[in-house]
Amino acid sequence: MTKIKSLADLKKMKGDLQSKIALREKSDKPEGRVIVKVAMATCGIASGSKDVMEYLVDELDKRNIDAIVSQTGCMGYCYAEPTIEVTLPGNEPVVYGYVDIKKADKIIEKYIRNQELVDGIIPVNYQTIEKDKEE
Amino acid sequence: MAKFKMHMLVCGGTGCRASASDMLYDNLKKEIQEQGLQDEVQVVTTGCFGFCEKGPIVKVIPDNTFYISVEPGDAKVIVAEHAIKGRKVERLLYVDPVNKKKIADSKGMGFYKKQIRIALRNCGLIDPENVDEYLAADGYEAMGKVLTEMTPDQAIQEMIDSGLRGRGGGGFPTGVKWQIASKVSADQKYVVCNADEGDPGAFMDRSILEGDPHSVLEAMVINGYCIGATRGLIYIRAEYPLAINRLKIAINQAREYGLLGKDILGSGFDFDVEIRYGAGAFVCGEETALIHSMEGERGEPTFKPPFPAQSGYLGKPTNVNNVETFANVPVIYNKGAKWFAGIGTEKSKGTKVFALAGKINNVGLIEIPMGITLREVIFEIGGGIKDGKKFKAVQTGGPSGGCLTEKHLDTPIDFDNLLAAGSMMGSGGMIVMDEDDCMVAVAKFYLDFTVEESCGKCSPCRIGNKRLYELLDKITKGQADKEDMDNLRNLSMVIRDTSLCGLGQTSPNPVLSTMDNFMAEYIAHVEEDRCPSGVCKDLIRYEIIPENCVGCTACARNCPVNCIAGERKQLHTIDQSLCIKCGACLEKCKFNAVAII
Ligand SMILES: Cc1cc2nc3c(=O)[nH]c(=O)nc-3n(C[C@H](O)[C@H](O)[C@H](O)COP(=O)(O)O)c2cc1C
Ligand code: SF4
Ligand code: SF4
Ligand code: SF4
Ligand code: FES
Repeated sequence: MTKIKSLADLKKMKGDLQSKIALREKSDKPEGRVIVKVAMATCGIASGSKDVMEYLVDELDKRNIDAIVSQTGCMGYCYAEPTIEVTLPGNEPVVYGYVDIKKADKIIEKYIRNQELVDGIIPVNYQTIEKDKEE
Repeated sequence: MAKFKMHMLVCGGTGCRASASDMLYDNLKKEIQEQGLQDEVQVVTTGCFGFCEKGPIVKVIPDNTFYISVEPGDAKVIVAEHAIKGRKVERLLYVDPVNKKKIADSKGMGFYKKQIRIALRNCGLIDPENVDEYLAADGYEAMGKVLTEMTPDQAIQEMIDSGLRGRGGGGFPTGVKWQIASKVSADQKYVVCNADEGDPGAFMDRSILEGDPHSVLEAMVINGYCIGATRGLIYIRAEYPLAINRLKIAINQAREYGLLGKDILGSGFDFDVEIRYGAGAFVCGEETALIHSMEGERGEPTFKPPFPAQSGYLGKPTNVNNVETFANVPVIYNKGAKWFAGIGTEKSKGTKVFALAGKINNVGLIEIPMGITLREVIFEIGGGIKDGKKFKAVQTGGPSGGCLTEKHLDTPIDFDNLLAAGSMMGSGGMIVMDEDDCMVAVAKFYLDFTVEESCGKCSPCRIGNKRLYELLDKITKGQADKEDMDNLRNLSMVIRDTSLCGLGQTSPNPVLSTMDNFMAEYIAHVEEDRCPSGVCKDLIRYEIIPENCVGCTACARNCPVNCIAGERKQLHTIDQSLCIKCGACLEKCKFNAVAII
């Protein structure tokens, strides 16, 4: 290990290291952040939700959007996989179906950035598994 | 570099290690590898989550899933279900003690809702054996700021402004203590970290050292800079092997980065830290005794003044602070004294870590803002009393503290309020008692500890506490009279007023507070030879209630001294002359036919 020789060095190092625990720190304080859940059950994985997830993680980061992307189990919309659920701070969750890379890009630009709805919304007549349990 | 989309945080604290969390970690790693997920899922060992009783704990990020009681064999299903399919493993989720529902997200657990984590901020978040993770979490930035941008006086003023008070028991303002030590001139001064942690039941200092050792090192450097000391000593009990090991790793890593040693961060300031081991005597946590123990003398307290700040280790000015006190320090410089002083009550700022234990649903290590009430701690964070029983008392402050009751439940917790109520903050033990606890027996338990731990240097403590214990013993046996009660109180006062050190001065607190709050129980023992809670063996009998006994023989088969007679399907009876009052019959009888009379 090389020595850290100044406060500036230390801060630079921190900058490089921060990504190591950024996900943990974000998840600890989800308030005020965009939360994206990608359905990753077998049906989802088969229809490409893995690529979509990867894309969302990378692009949200690149476009400086403070978001937490997590995977979840099958949302019960296998016909419309890949599905993603987007929760903007202070809003009800919205579920999008048939999300491919192009659609994901649209969702980021239109919905997440400007709160304009994008087509492909699945009517929210559902509750996530977790929610059911907490209430 | 791999960009992980999921982190699995596996608790590596003493509690969870005891139930094989290290094996669980290995299995998770292996499983992740086998599934080819090593670039997507990171498995990390962290410090304690505070939920040790339900350990081992695994927390999955980003969805904050909190798995409890995870066994090494569960690694496979966690990876297959959660990491691959995104489905939570239901059977490992925490069940809310009140509404019996499973909670999937740790944010939804009452245990965590009211907590604010400052001293414990990194416990359960970072890998304590990896200095890089500490650096990523703002580590050593406060030290850098203080050493290169502040004068010692400015840094001391910031500490005074924060209002931080010592967490080791006394509650002395930390900044003021630093100021006193800074003003004494000497060729050598010392910074000492008190990690003796002798209060039975308290384990916050251990958890901090195990989960975030660098925060203590960082604070010690800052402290050294403020008072003009270049050497730091950590006095830790040898029974804390994991904490010692993590500290050693941390010290080495800090030295390799130049965060300890000469010319730290180019500031021209030198500081290094050594570990000293204690044998685990409670009295060695008292600062003068601790210093003598480090000097190789007997671990006995000496009269103050001189205070350690004037003449401490090897006769040199020494600043002693507790582990938890130190753990708060870096955050105060990072976020500012004002921010810190905005949390808590008028005279007690910030948070306090408590080891919540006893007859309560959620036991564990919690960090709460000063000023929330005992009721919030017991009924919200603690999830209420176990088995639907009735709350009776809460003991705070360990052997130096007292028992508080129902009427204190809405008291905001802080140093002064607890003292005014007849207890104290102490190092943060908090034991909840229910209707089945006998308060005389509780007082006797603490006195037993004190008698054992008294160093014997002064007679009020050495002899007085022994006599106090004997009086309590007499009461629990139904052999005491009214005069004994008077003696109990008078003797308590004398010990309190005449003992040399804090151990003796506070040792009668458990007696005095239970007498003040539970006099009726004492009277029942003394005047009616009765233990209302059914605890004191000499005052109770186990009896079989004929109407309820169906003659199932369970009691007789489990009685260790074979003193229960009766044929199958016939009434059973206990031979009182042989019964040793172990309670096995009561526990085994499924028909409510055994009662304590
Ligand atoms: C009998 C006795 C035991 C003590 N044990 C401890 C201990 O285990 N840990 C601790 O930090 N302080 C303990 N103290 C308090 C120390 O004497 C000292 O006040 C404290 O370490 C100062 O640090 P602080 O100002 O950061 O609290 C004890 C005091 C007494 C009288
Ligand atoms: S009060 Fe007790 S522990 Fe303290 S010096 Fe006296 S005998 Fe020792
Ligand atoms: S266990 Fe209960 S019911 Fe059975 S024989 Fe004993 S007292 Fe009677
Ligand atoms: S209390 Fe113990 S010793 Fe006494 S009768 Fe019951 S089982 Fe036997
Ligand atoms: S040791 Fe694992 S939660 Fe405390």
